[in-house]
Amino acid sequence: MTTIDGNLQSERQGLPSRLSAALEAGLAALFAGFMNALEILVRPIERRLGMERIGYFFVLPNLLIFGIFVLFPMLLNFYISFTSGTEIYPQDRSFVGFGNYEFLFDCENVFEPNSCNEDLFWRGVYNSIFFVVVQVSGMVLVSLVTALVLNGKIRARGFFRSVFFYPVLLSPVVVALIWKWILQRDGVLNSLLIALGGDRVQFLVNADWAMLWVIVISIWALMGFYTLILLAGLQAIPAELYEAGQIDGTGRWQSFRFITMPLLMPTMFVVLVLSLIRAVQVFDQVYALTGGGPGTTTHFIVQYIYTVGFSSSIKRFGLAAAASVLLGATLLVLTLLQLRAARSNESG
Amino acid sequence: MSAETFQASGNIFTRTRGRSSLHPTDLLSYLWLLFGTVVMFGPVIWVLMSSFKTQAALIEFPPQFLPFQQDSVQVEGHDDPLPLYDVTLEDGSIRQLAQVRRVGIEAQMVDPDSPEEIVRVNIRQREPVRSLRLALENYIDPLGRFNFLIYLRNSVTVTVMATLITLLINSMAGFALSKYEFRGRDGIFVLFIATLMIPISVILVPVFLVITSLNLYNNLWGVIIPGAATPTGVFLLRQYMLTIPDELLDSARIDGASEWRIYWQIVLPLARPALAVLAIFSVMWRWNDFLWPLIVLSRSDVFTLQVGLHSFAGELKIQWHYVLAMTVLTLLPITVVFAFLQRFITTGIATTGMK
Amino acid sequence: MRQFAMVTMLATLALVLALPGMAQDVVELRMTWYTDGNEDEVMRDLLDRFEMENSDIRVVMDNVPYQAGILEALPVQLEAGEGPDMARVTNLGGLAGFYLDMSPWLSDPAYWEDSFGGTLGWLRLAGDTMGIHGFPTQLTITGPIINRTLFEQAGVAVPSDASAQVTWEEWAAAANEVADALEIPFPMAMDRSGHRFAGPAISMGAQYFDGEGHPTIAGDEGFRAMAELFVNWHLDGTMPLEIWAANTGYAGANEEFGNSQVVFYMSGSWQVGQFTDQIGDAFDWEVVPNPCGAGGCTGMPGGAALVAIGDTEHPEEVTRVMEYLASEEILGEFSARTLFIPAHKGLATSGVDFETDLDLAMNALVTFTAQVGTLEQTAFDLQAYPNSRIVFDASRDRLTQAIVGELTLDQAIERIQEDIDEQLAELMGG
Repeated sequence: MTTIDGNLQSERQGLPSRLSAALEAGLAALFAGFMNALEILVRPIERRLGMERIGYFFVLPNLLIFGIFVLFPMLLNFYISFTSGTEIYPQDRSFVGFGNYEFLFDCENVFEPNSCNEDLFWRGVYNSIFFVVVQVSGMVLVSLVTALVLNGKIRARGFFRSVFFYPVLLSPVVVALIWKWILQRDGVLNSLLIALGGDRVQFLVNADWAMLWVIVISIWALMGFYTLILLAGLQAIPAELYEAGQIDGTGRWQSFRFITMPLLMPTMFVVLVLSLIRAVQVFDQVYALTGGGPGTTTHFIVQYIYTVGFSSSIKRFGLAAAASVLLGATLLVLTLLQLRAARSNESG
Repeated sequence: MSAETFQASGNIFTRTRGRSSLHPTDLLSYLWLLFGTVVMFGPVIWVLMSSFKTQAALIEFPPQFLPFQQDSVQVEGHDDPLPLYDVTLEDGSIRQLAQVRRVGIEAQMVDPDSPEEIVRVNIRQREPVRSLRLALENYIDPLGRFNFLIYLRNSVTVTVMATLITLLINSMAGFALSKYEFRGRDGIFVLFIATLMIPISVILVPVFLVITSLNLYNNLWGVIIPGAATPTGVFLLRQYMLTIPDELLDSARIDGASEWRIYWQIVLPLARPALAVLAIFSVMWRWNDFLWPLIVLSRSDVFTLQVGLHSFAGELKIQWHYVLAMTVLTLLPITVVFAFLQRFITTGIATTGMK
Repeated sequence: MRQFAMVTMLATLALVLALPGMAQDVVELRMTWYTDGNEDEVMRDLLDRFEMENSDIRVVMDNVPYQAGILEALPVQLEAGEGPDMARVTNLGGLAGFYLDMSPWLSDPAYWEDSFGGTLGWLRLAGDTMGIHGFPTQLTITGPIINRTLFEQAGVAVPSDASAQVTWEEWAAAANEVADALEIPFPMAMDRSGHRFAGPAISMGAQYFDGEGHPTIAGDEGFRAMAELFVNWHLDGTMPLEIWAANTGYAGANEEFGNSQVVFYMSGSWQVGQFTDQIGDAFDWEVVPNPCGAGGCTGMPGGAALVAIGDTEHPEEVTRVMEYLASEEILGEFSARTLFIPAHKGLATSGVDFETDLDLAMNALVTFTAQVGTLEQTAFDLQAYPNSRIVFDASRDRLTQAIVGELTLDQAIERIQEDIDEQLAELMGG
């Protein structure tokens, strides 16, 4: 108890904190000045709108930017998915109805990518499904274990918290670069293997290894974030529950099973959803690490869309748009299911 | 969540108090943490060390942890310094010789002390003499090729402006969606959430079209504004603001505070942990962003650091020694920021609870 | 409040001061450039000299990453009408629709025709025979580079020493022999590029086009023969999987070759400058003539070109810059300092005085230059075909799938043809 208190205390002192305190005071003054000035502008608007409609004023700036730079492009994208050609401006493109969608679904057997006209799309779909399932389970497991450990009686908890969080700061391209450098044929990992008497492994060339490393690295890069969320969930569990359990003679495993897990469920749910979103979106990290290879082993759905619509020499905007509409629709259904689950969770 | 619950202690599975003996799970905990530290930090440190190696040292196998460079020596009668080697002679003795030239598989070497006599050895009989030295040219050369300060200024501008705008408009939206009843509120919220999952890389071209038709092409605002209305931020802040009691707002209204004042003097300070989380994420996203700036910006005077640092990635080769050095360089600022703010960041994320 | 007012004032002041004080009559031109070696520095130097003599023009070079900047972003920017004034590109024919025809402003169009000849056609749309849109910054020839030192150490004779015509199979056998003797991991390597693959394929008899000039891979016996050799070389360990299998886009084996891990490296003339820096005389690297097959002993011509962009507001000034850069003297200096082979007939005849002391580099440049005359016509036709990149990229990506076993060779060839047909259809407007 005291050691952890001590740690938190020492974290709060020292030069960085004093510096940031001074900085904070300055920023606060600036902030107050800015907000006061805005108030002069906002007052008349407030009076005119009244309480029923003032909400619109607050939501407007965000909604406007969102509408112009997110929503409108999505609608445009939806339209583009019904056109073909290499022209970039929608008015120059020829309308082909559901042509692009039919093209994507032109398969003898959708479960066999080689039988499909657009085999790479389906390879992307199946690779993504595999990746999402394995990566999300791995992510939840590793973050949970780490959060449990960090929640224990640990010295230097702040330090370890930072250690696990640090990779979250790195850009996906940098993460890929770092690992590419380590996993390459003459990289440090192979030299360690050889030093230990093993054989050299072609980590990014062998299909099974490549998929494994893509999963491991994506967990490495983001687990710190989920660990912190789970840690918060763990620390919100009242200690009294465990004490009561102890009096009843509950063992460690049982108290984990019957106290920790049920109470952690809502937080686990958040972690599950967030990591699911990230897993479906995975792209630049893998693109920079394996380029989707070997062959198309780690070629995921977002890479398919990016390649077809942007990086290939003939940019098939229509086909890419159709694929992204399909992806968007799938994600929308997932999101709505999640919202419903969250609602029933709250009410239940 | 109060500070007290934070400080509750316990081991992995339980929070039993007052035990002093080391349980096997505690040992496992430390093993896990040790393993985690190596795995998390090891790769970054390895890259840091590699960035100080010369091109020759980089392709060496097995690689060395520390950056070594081959020694060279100034020999009488030669203009340039000659590389030094440890040579195993036929009688089995080892001598330190400087190489004059190499012809086929035969190296012509001289003793630096008696430069007249040429010793001919098979190139397999020599090992370079090396000592520890940092290859700072990996950093200096690429920096000399472009205007680092301009790129840095652009990156800082983008990161700071984007983060400020994001915090302002997202918190306003989060405030509205959590504290006001108005028609269409739930619709707007669902709209934000529905787009939470769409990565920008799949709608790149349409967004680019919007940018060019608004004349924001080759303009830093074209990089700053589109990502400012991030649904993630609105979601995060709305969820957090829901936990702020409405009574606080009502009593302020009774005291005659305007809605704007309630927003910035009551709600924003209370939402600080969530704002801190969003701030650090925004800084991270913007600082690391590569693809979007690359498309919107084509003039080097508006390049951000990430775009500029990649500009020496040629058609035909990766210059690893530069790539690694530049990678370290982009890591530096964000690492420093993190070192100063890590307490806010980690406890900030922890306390938002993300529920 | 006072504090806030102060800050606002200071900010406004800073803004006013930061406004660029542009001189009035200077035309600013933008040149999008990428660099593999020192050519950005050399080009900047040449442009500085141009600006000294022409105070009314300022050229700003925007260095971008090759893959993301030149291949991916630039075409979209051009399509949206937001391109630069000049750009260094490699997809010469694919972007031809965006180029500026400088003919009306050129003081001496005949100089361009005489000096650059057929390479000007690489920059033209089908049917255009007159337009002058730019010039090649360098001519490249693909061909193998060997590590002669390894042959000597292994005591294996270099096949091309004894015979002027060595087959691909003979080279593979010799390279394997060297690798076995010295425990070198990779007997052979080839850049990950459909363009690099095309030379050997044409040597094996590949035609690449049907009678009507439509790119046709399916049923091309020569292509299949080389593809089969190539896939097998990856399966039996003659070639490293990491170059072709674990990459996207282009990948080279520079590091492996420079580290004496590759005996025989199929690449091209642009490597000379880099090997001079990276390898120097650490071992004897040497260019050998392209290996032979049923269709000849050919590599592929190629190159990057500096082109003028049609959307420019200053065609006259752009043309002046281009004329300066394409002049025999300046292009000669550019080639000499970058160790690039110029695609300029005058310079080819008079010879470029390359700035290197390294005999290995000089020999390599001479051997590559000498091969220009030995290339097959098919190789020139393929390079001049405006959509050649579609063919190259499709064969690269699908052969990769055959190498890792996702497709059989026949399936891969069928897919290459489908990819080509589909993309050409998209280009024609669906």
